[in-house]
Amino acid sequence: MRSKLIEFRNVSFRYGEEQPWVLKDCSFEIYENEWVAIIGHNGSGKSTIAKLMNGLLFPQRGEIFIDQKPVTPDTIWEVRKDVGMVFQNPDNQFVGTTVQDDVAFGMENRGFTRTEMLTRLEEVLAAVGMPAYRQTEPHRLSGGQKQRVAIASVLAVSPQVIILDEATAMLDPKGRQRIMQTIKDVQHSKDITLLTITHDLHEIVQADRVIVMNDGQLWDEGLPREVFSKKDGLKEIGLDTPFISSLAEELKLAGISLTQEPLNHEELLEDLWTLHSRT
Amino acid sequence: MDITFKNVSFVYQQHSPFAHRALDKLDLHIPSGSFVAVVGHTGSGKSTLIQHLNGLVRPTEGDVWIGDFHLNAEHKPKNMKELRSKVGVVFQYPEHQLFEETVEKDIRFGPKNFGVGDREIQRRVKEVLPSVGLTEDFLDRSPFDLSGGQMRRVAIAGVLATKPDVLVLDEPTAGLDPRGQKEMMEMFYAAHQEQKLTTILVTHSMEDAATYADHVIILNKGTKYMEGKPEAVFVQKEALQQVQLDVPEVVRFLDLFEKKFGMSIPYRRQSVKDIAKAIEKVMTGGSGHE
Repeated sequence: MRSKLIEFRNVSFRYGEEQPWVLKDCSFEIYENEWVAIIGHNGSGKSTIAKLMNGLLFPQRGEIFIDQKPVTPDTIWEVRKDVGMVFQNPDNQFVGTTVQDDVAFGMENRGFTRTEMLTRLEEVLAAVGMPAYRQTEPHRLSGGQKQRVAIASVLAVSPQVIILDEATAMLDPKGRQRIMQTIKDVQHSKDITLLTITHDLHEIVQADRVIVMNDGQLWDEGLPREVFSKKDGLKEIGLDTPFISSLAEELKLAGISLTQEPLNHEELLEDLWTLHSRT
Repeated sequence: MDITFKNVSFVYQQHSPFAHRALDKLDLHIPSGSFVAVVGHTGSGKSTLIQHLNGLVRPTEGDVWIGDFHLNAEHKPKNMKELRSKVGVVFQYPEHQLFEETVEKDIRFGPKNFGVGDREIQRRVKEVLPSVGLTEDFLDRSPFDLSGGQMRRVAIAGVLATKPDVLVLDEPTAGLDPRGQKEMMEMFYAAHQEQKLTTILVTHSMEDAATYADHVIILNKGTKYMEGKPEAVFVQKEALQQVQLDVPEVVRFLDLFEKKFGMSIPYRRQSVKDIAKAIEKVMTGGSGHE
């Protein structure tokens, strides 16, 4: 059986007594080695979820468990060993004066030996394709390179789960693709659970499961294919569907009956081809 | 206002070991009233180009004309302030530039700086609010109590209140959710048409460029790589990939469709609906060509 790595039990959160609830009675589970994408409009509570997971915030109601441990002020240092985060703006997360210092920072904090630090440094920089930049000052890197170093720093302390909170939003399309490829490679080679918070529809399509947030509540969860078949609903809550889903919808309206909700160009073309050869 | 760049180069930190040529003999012409998208990967010179448009920097070599304002290495217009009042720039994440106590004060700051009279400012504030999708009850609130999307609208209202002739938008939808992105672009497009602006959109989104622009300029290594109508530029897959850009997703799909079915549906910036209809035609035996 798949084991639960993260669990939210009836979690509600607000930023102050007088403030509206940002999360309302949210419950969900995330399993080991799974890639879950969380989507939702701005202000739907996505980023709050990420902050609750590593104890940057605590819920007023409900409970959160990471690897069976409840997240409380007493356990956050334990929890943070399991949960690594990469944020939107790469400039806000550098502490070291060189790439290798930066990657080493987290390991030093955890009391790794020097030998182990050196081995891991090599390993994680290779994993994100940055070994040539060990001595480079972070501010001389491009946005995409900075995010790769941020990911390497997180990987170095071997968390069980990595959360990417809009980590590709400030990159150009090619930079985004490269980062996502890096992340996919790393996830495969290291058995890591991945949680991505994003607006990028291409990222969502690649995930194992999607959680859709709306106004602080869990609006839907399921396979990308299932979620994107609910186009009208998604539009109502301010989200979009990928081009390929919109096209599938219009094809149905034009009288072409597809056999399944396509996730990419190849699937749709294959389906059309089969239909075409039958006629 | 017509915008012309003639043989423009710009070098950062010239005569130093860090000298970096951000623009390299760039020629371009943007006719008054057009909506132009400037596209290029990171480091292609887009931001440096923008900084020339309102005189934040002057060319190291070559000449820039913004309407009657002429900028080059030797020559700086005396009336720089007037130039800046004609060219409104919405920088990336403009909400970071809010600073006043209330939304109203923040919107008034720009026109006040350009010497616009109090009553005229009053009139403009009332006028720009609906065009950015805000209501008058926002005026007394602190901009810092608003959501990110609302803050951005306030910042944009401040730019529109200066009544520019040229509107420059640097990745204006970054970080917004899909609905927010669409609303924001529709808002700029409406302002472009109503106020007969010359609009320059710097973007990574081929989709936005294809939807709103009537002319696309592709920058690479500080110089013009390609330009033309979106439907002509965006089908040149190999040329775009050479400079790290992708064609819009719809073009990619039509390309794959042609490979599979041996029949082409030409890209004409048509809607998804029209593409579905064209596919249906091919499927039921008709030809994709019309």
